[in-house]
Amino acid sequence: MPSVSQFVKAMRLGVAATALTASVGFAQDAIKIGVLEDQSGDFAAATMVKVNAITLAAEEINAAGGIGGRPIELVVYDTQSDNTRYQEFMRRVLQSDKVDVVFAGFSSASREAYRPIVNQFDGLAFYNNQYEGGVCDANMIVTGAVPEQQFSTLIPWMMETYGKNVYTLAADYNFGQISAEWVRKIVEENGGTMVGEEFIPLGVSQFGQSIQNIQGAKPDFVVTLLVGAAQASYYEQAAAANVGLPMASSVNVGQGYEHKRFTPPSLKDMYVTTNYIEEVDTPASKAFIEKFRARFPDEPYINQEAANSYIAMYLYKSMVERAGSTDREALRAEIAKGDVCFDGPSGKVCLDPKSQHMSHNIFLAKVNDTHGIEFPKVWENITPYWLGEAGCDLTKNDPSEQYTPSNPPPQQ
Amino acid sequence: MSTMFSFLFQFGDAFAFLVIASMGLAIIFGMMGVINLAHGEFIMCGAYTTVSLAQLGLPLPLAILGGSLVAGLIGMVLERTIIRHLYHRPLDSIVATWGLSMIATQGVLIALGSTMQGVGTPLGSFTVGGFSYSTYRLVLMGIAVLLLVGLYLLFYHTRAGVIARATIQLPRMAQATGVDTGKVYTLTFGLGAALAGLAGGLYAPTMTLVPTMGATFMVESFVTVVIGGGDIFLGAAPAAAILAVIRSGMTAWQGQLFGQIGLLITVIIVIRLLPGGLSGWILGGRK
Repeated sequence: MPSVSQFVKAMRLGVAATALTASVGFAQDAIKIGVLEDQSGDFAAATMVKVNAITLAAEEINAAGGIGGRPIELVVYDTQSDNTRYQEFMRRVLQSDKVDVVFAGFSSASREAYRPIVNQFDGLAFYNNQYEGGVCDANMIVTGAVPEQQFSTLIPWMMETYGKNVYTLAADYNFGQISAEWVRKIVEENGGTMVGEEFIPLGVSQFGQSIQNIQGAKPDFVVTLLVGAAQASYYEQAAAANVGLPMASSVNVGQGYEHKRFTPPSLKDMYVTTNYIEEVDTPASKAFIEKFRARFPDEPYINQEAANSYIAMYLYKSMVERAGSTDREALRAEIAKGDVCFDGPSGKVCLDPKSQHMSHNIFLAKVNDTHGIEFPKVWENITPYWLGEAGCDLTKNDPSEQYTPSNPPPQQ
Repeated sequence: MSTMFSFLFQFGDAFAFLVIASMGLAIIFGMMGVINLAHGEFIMCGAYTTVSLAQLGLPLPLAILGGSLVAGLIGMVLERTIIRHLYHRPLDSIVATWGLSMIATQGVLIALGSTMQGVGTPLGSFTVGGFSYSTYRLVLMGIAVLLLVGLYLLFYHTRAGVIARATIQLPRMAQATGVDTGKVYTLTFGLGAALAGLAGGLYAPTMTLVPTMGATFMVESFVTVVIGGGDIFLGAAPAAAILAVIRSGMTAWQGQLFGQIGLLITVIIVIRLLPGGLSGWILGGRK
């Protein structure tokens, strides 16, 4: 057992050592990145991969000399698919861990739960998830795809291919409700009819009656905006009841890899607009998958959120290096120039100065009867134009609001 | 005609789910008085075992029985080691079983990952009028009825059933007549866990397999048992029937959200008016 004097000596040594590194290492101070993602609970299947993608990017960047010579230090917390945890941990990373930037959130409910806290402490957060769009907030950078990228492409294509009668089955919270509003708007603009809409509370796993409602309404295709592991049971139950309708989605397959988890052909004729999935067959995508699997061999699926998280790390790196600082306003001045871009696994993407959202190449993924993926169409370089056109301009002011088609930004 | 069949089918489907999901809980909570918050995890255990066995090539019915058996055995071990010490401490048993449930959920997440590939629903589909239905759902309805009949026969028409009921109602008297009450408790708890495992096995082909899947059964099973009251046959069966009518009716009328609201409002009304549940009311009326 060490004596007290030995202990004190060790302490002194430790302090001296810290002082030493501090004095030589001023330029080496780590850039701290908070990572709040669900590593357990209902959403874990889709989000554990995001943490791995961020880890992969951080290791690559550190191995290549860090961000402007400074290494990245990740501060990772498991938010447990629980909105309250997001609020707790967001306070913790901003107040006591004092991170430079936070990468946070899967469900839109969790984003809206933590966003006021980011605003309160004037932090900077990346939301690396596709979502229902409309967040006009200078404290947020969004790398996920939004409705004008996913629905303005998908819904007209489906209506042309299959017919004009549409049924929406959506998760009953802000994401599902606002996405359904977008679908409704686009269907009506294209001369179609909504033959039905049903909103499903999160956690529901029995869809017998909903399946009947859909069959009764006789749609040409069903838009499924189902979220979480429980709701994914719909596909198995609809296939068992032989519903046989084509499906369209902005979230399924690209997020929860349902085509890998369910027995074929339950997801046959599911069409998804996604900015990335591991089946994307380009050299950049293949290289990304190869290094991902080399680092994380057991990763079940590399989804669009993994690619977005990885891209976000490199966007942040290039912004900090260009600005020479991690100060939020300095970074935003770089975004305002309109040329913060990254050529990554999904192709070239750029940040839009007005909304701080990202442009995307949108792949139309079709699930076939053996659950293989085909890409009948690719829309290149779709910008996140809606917020800017509707009147959100973060280079001029910061309303920190979320807008929808029925609740657009106030006109000046 | 086809609308009528559709309604009957949805009623039967909801009834089967409520009965199958709640039988294990009805025995452990209704009969033994242990509030088992790990009920959902016994279900998950049954589902995971069933799917693993089926993927190893076992026919599905045998795999489901295997899932039930494994859940039952784990239940008996837990009864011997933990639950046994908490029989007269209901609040402590809540905390203990909640802890078990968290350990099971997180343990499975760490050991087996966030999802497991399913086996697919067997038996195909059939059509009535403009609607098509899964045949497997009819099998589930049949199994729900068989379960009720089987458990009734077990508890009311066999010696083992009489001993179990005697042990639970008057443990000292049962002991005085030479019953090994400890063993009876273990077996009864094991039966409850095995029934939960059976529920998991039966619904595994129709659902997403994730460590948290048990949670989706919890509300329905607790609601059924609370409305039913202490006696599973006089209580849970009619409770499941009433709730199934309300749930399928409300869901057909206004969607899933209203189905859930209807379910919960029914519970509030029933426990306000009939604190002993349906079985308490039926038995009270007899006296």
